[in-house]
Amino acid sequence: MLSRTASNLFWMGRHLERAETAARLLDVGQRITLLPNTAAGYQSEWNSLLQASGAADQFRQKYNDLTQENIEEFIFFDRDNPSSVANCIEKARESGRIVRTALTGQVWDALNVTYQELRKIEKTPRSKLDTATLTDFTTSHTSTVRGAINATQLRNDGWHFMNTGFGLERADATARLLDVKYFVLLPRIEFVGSGLDTYQWMVILRALSAHRAFHWAYGGDITAARVADFLILNGESPRSLITSLYETVWHLDGLVRRYGENAPAGARNQARATLEALQARNIDMIFDEGLHEFLSWFIGEIGTVSNLVHQDYLLGGS
Amino acid sequence: MVYYNEMFEGESVRDPYARLSEWVRTMPEDFRQMKQAEAEALFRRIGITFAVYGEGGDPDRLIPFDMMPRVFEQSEWRRLERGIKQRARALNAFLRDVYGRGEIIRAGRIPARLVYRNAAYEKAVVGIVPPRGVYSHIIGIDLVRTAKDEFFVLEDNCRTPSGVSYMLENREIMMRMFPQLFRQSRIEPVEQYPELLRRTLESVAPAKCDSRPTCVILTPGHYNSAYYEHSFLANLMGVELVEGQDLFVDGEFVYMRTTQGPKRVDVIYRRIDDPFLDPLCFRPDSMLGVPGLMDVYRSGGVSICSAPGAGVADDKAIYTFVPEMIRFYLGEEPLLNNVQTWTLWKEEDYRHVMANLPDLVVKEVHGSGGYGMLVGPKASKEEIETFRKKIEANPSNYIAQPTLSLSTCPTFVEEGVAPRHVDLRPFCLCGDRIELVPGGLTRVALREGSLVVNSSQGGGVKDTWVLSE
Repeated sequence: MLSRTASNLFWMGRHLERAETAARLLDVGQRITLLPNTAAGYQSEWNSLLQASGAADQFRQKYNDLTQENIEEFIFFDRDNPSSVANCIEKARESGRIVRTALTGQVWDALNVTYQELRKIEKTPRSKLDTATLTDFTTSHTSTVRGAINATQLRNDGWHFMNTGFGLERADATARLLDVKYFVLLPRIEFVGSGLDTYQWMVILRALSAHRAFHWAYGGDITAARVADFLILNGESPRSLITSLYETVWHLDGLVRRYGENAPAGARNQARATLEALQARNIDMIFDEGLHEFLSWFIGEIGTVSNLVHQDYLLGGS
Repeated sequence: MVYYNEMFEGESVRDPYARLSEWVRTMPEDFRQMKQAEAEALFRRIGITFAVYGEGGDPDRLIPFDMMPRVFEQSEWRRLERGIKQRARALNAFLRDVYGRGEIIRAGRIPARLVYRNAAYEKAVVGIVPPRGVYSHIIGIDLVRTAKDEFFVLEDNCRTPSGVSYMLENREIMMRMFPQLFRQSRIEPVEQYPELLRRTLESVAPAKCDSRPTCVILTPGHYNSAYYEHSFLANLMGVELVEGQDLFVDGEFVYMRTTQGPKRVDVIYRRIDDPFLDPLCFRPDSMLGVPGLMDVYRSGGVSICSAPGAGVADDKAIYTFVPEMIRFYLGEEPLLNNVQTWTLWKEEDYRHVMANLPDLVVKEVHGSGGYGMLVGPKASKEEIETFRKKIEANPSNYIAQPTLSLSTCPTFVEEGVAPRHVDLRPFCLCGDRIELVPGGLTRVALREGSLVVNSSQGGGVKDTWVLSE
């Protein structure tokens, strides 16, 4: 497979996942505004969500007020925001267009329809659109693309590259979201485990569409330790760090098997090592270590794996 | 002016169109609109769009598709086929000659200036004989019809003719929407084209290639207006679609960068123009090409289809000599005629053209896509005078042709079915043998009375049927 093709498949996966993350952020922000006002006001919630998407500074440069309209514009539509839903979908479709020969008809179809629908939404007056429409649009279409990929793509190296992209992006997104909620909202240790906390953790679970799953998995009260365990170490949770990384390792293993043990396997080895380090921890160890410190380490590891994917496969050995 | 309508012979409908005529007559109005919308949705969904350079606007514009097919009888097609293949052989013989000994010039049949000082003549290719002596592997020959038995060649495209994806997709969509039409009529298939193209490319692999040849399609990238076609063909042929950045030269060969390291490439079907192929040989600022590619080509490490410099054979000035080439190289009389052409660098032609501008079509020698031309009968006085000044400034940049009474085909329009002007581009493949699929791209000028069929100027496309016996 051409290195450029692999690269586009990898980034197609990443951008689709990133679009979904952005839409989820928007959804959770919307939910918060519907709740009774907290002491700090929901403005700080919006702010933390912007932090999670890594674009708070950029938002401030362009918009004055943290209003729902501005945020919606920024997170969903804004082409100047590299992580906006519109940008991610367009980039994913662009990558797909470049490597159309590596996609099945259904996958291309799903991707192209997503883009055509996006263009329709962009032409619709904003007053006719509510947040739920935008988030539903995004999650249902990204699910369709993913479904088409899993149902129709050959289980070949291209499939592994797409899914490696999905996995790394998802691991990164969950880690960042956790980090922002912890670091921004709970900088002082005495708040950990306080009443304010429970509500904040709920928000995280909602952002990851995991609030129901959480109850099935644990039951009982929502506590910081349980939520963190669910999102970091629980192998059943689809967006947990360990699941995302486990699936990434599985796909990188697939590449190594396919290309033979003599081919470079730096990314696989690194991802395996990180997974083992993760498996060796329990949630108490992570809290002792410091959640923020742990997450910084993890985000760094994911970055390293991503770079190694590039070195191993995407430069074409020249 | 009276135009030949391909559907009729006198007052009655010709045999090939009989079924279609009945089909249209019995078609409910809302059915047609529904199907037209369906066709459009299919095209958009598949992603067949084209962009027009420099016009801005929607980058994913659809080329208008007309559901009314154009039909040829088997006997009509056979005649065309013989003529097209003859022309393709002569064009390749000419290329081999002008990059070799130049016999046709020594014999005084073609002026040396038109060949050797032609912008498309590539010095870097002089003395090279590519595998099987083929320089142009895919030749698109644009034909127009003026009467039942009168076909003329409007121009030859020896470089990288585009449009074959429309030929294939138009058929695909027609078969999907109207299967009953195909059951009723026996229509020759065209879907073998990609397979034939792959075989043609493999048949011209360089001598240094000792296993099954690796072919690739080289595209300028996804911003190119024909990108859809490039990826479509690559997909159907099962070959990689590469950009310049995917290829590199090492020693005597060209390689592509893959996830498993470098892989050797034997045949490149390039869809980028000569000047961009190799920055070390042609334009140094080209980012689209592959540095060192021409060295490998010259030493027989890779085949490039079509060969750099193949464009010298399809120039509008050289065009006037193609019948001469057929006589010179093949010893045959041309089966397909050229359109009468005045070359403005000749004194008498110049006088004739300048005196008759309102009746003529004037084209730039190197122009394409319907740009930079004057359609005399359709132009205003001012437009004609402006163009006259351009010609005076540089006469040898122009040729002129009579306004042809292009044939029409029934076409769906707002009010129902009406005649619209059409042309035809069949795609001829040259490798170890010469192949032509029964069909081609029919372009139709959708504006009433318009003679310009280019997609950039409001033209659309139709499915083209060749009936089997």
